[in-house]
Amino acid sequence: MRTMTKARIKSPWVLHFDCGSCNGCDIEILAAQTPRFDIERFGIVNIGDPKQADMLLVTGPVNKRNQRVLRNLYDQMPAPKTVIAIGECACSGAIFHNCPNTLGGVDKVIPVDVYVPGCAARPEQIVDGIMLALQKLEKISECQGEGG
Amino acid sequence: MVDLLSLNTYIPVLLVVLAPIIGGILMGIDRKLTARMQSRIGPPILQPFYDVIKLWGKQPFLASGLQPILAFGYFGFSIAAYTLLAFGQDILLMIFTIALADICLMVASFNSKSPYSNIGAKRGLLGMMSCEPVMILAALNISIMTGTFMIQGIFDITVPLLPYLPLTLLAMIPVLVVNMQKSPFDVSASGHAHQELVRGIYTEFSGYTLALIELGHWTKVDLMLSFVALFWAQSLIVGATLALSFFFVALVIDNVYPRLDWKSMVKTTWTVGFLLIIANIIGLIVRLVAL
Repeated sequence: MRTMTKARIKSPWVLHFDCGSCNGCDIEILAAQTPRFDIERFGIVNIGDPKQADMLLVTGPVNKRNQRVLRNLYDQMPAPKTVIAIGECACSGAIFHNCPNTLGGVDKVIPVDVYVPGCAARPEQIVDGIMLALQKLEKISECQGEGG
Repeated sequence: MVDLLSLNTYIPVLLVVLAPIIGGILMGIDRKLTARMQSRIGPPILQPFYDVIKLWGKQPFLASGLQPILAFGYFGFSIAAYTLLAFGQDILLMIFTIALADICLMVASFNSKSPYSNIGAKRGLLGMMSCEPVMILAALNISIMTGTFMIQGIFDITVPLLPYLPLTLLAMIPVLVVNMQKSPFDVSASGHAHQELVRGIYTEFSGYTLALIELGHWTKVDLMLSFVALFWAQSLIVGATLALSFFFVALVIDNVYPRLDWKSMVKTTWTVGFLLIIANIIGLIVRLVAL
């Protein structure tokens, strides 16, 4: 494994964006940072700045008002980047899927790498989702190293 | 006359080359100890190095063409300041070189339209304003003891500085906290997310420019701790223990206190710093007169 790939999968900085979630999943993301789950032991830092983030954690269904903000945040993140949709609403729109103001899941606006279902998604699942995203990031990084 | 065959000639060179690496390891220990104080497991000691290598490989997003030059300037001047210390040069020149490095960072932060970055840079200038006079007065105290502003003078006198300048050393604690960007004085940029300024002065940096800023910051932390170690320069082990105990005190203060505003920062550093250092100067003069 290249040094760069190793550094990338050992230091994912996450950006958390709430697309109008009920705050259930948001509280679980924050719970993952508490001493009980402590995601910082994997080098994961919750960073508030899209320009420095490697992963975008999105909760809640996307609606017509905030899809522009979500798109903007995604565009401001430098490559390589991954997106994780957390919770049923972010995955598919869930109970809001046929509301006139919502678009449905996050994948209607930006490409999603990992879906973490659950209402609300539990901290263990969120950590598991981040680890899945890291496996994908590892493949992307190794391909880049081979000039692919 | 420089003796090229003597091992002692190469020790300062080695110190300068290792300065960012030692600073990085200290940052790793910092994150581990902070995590343990909060009953978490914490990241590995080498975590800061993974962060910097990763940042180096990110796609570059530059806010302006001047930004990379100033980021290199911050790192370069931090190294230059450490070089001055390692080769026993002028203390005042070292303090002004640190100021030059900080100015590079502030100008780079002002050089964008982001309000977070701008307010962060303003607060960074206030941080400089609260530290510089205290450090210059500390240098004055050292010069009264050694009779010269050269750092080499500290090594030339046979007695350590600490028994004569204990209050001056205590005045360095708030300065260290401001320079390490720790609570309660991390007003310009907090290491933790969800603060009012997002990332403060670092908001507009990304990729390799942020990596350079990190390297410069590590060098600066190492420099501040080396400055503390000068107070017992006669023995490397005692000096290093002194510096590491100050590092630990800064971490405890970070975990105990909440963030305060910039007014409290300037008030605390100036009140504590000036009072302690002036008391120390008076003590030194009284001692000189009595002798």
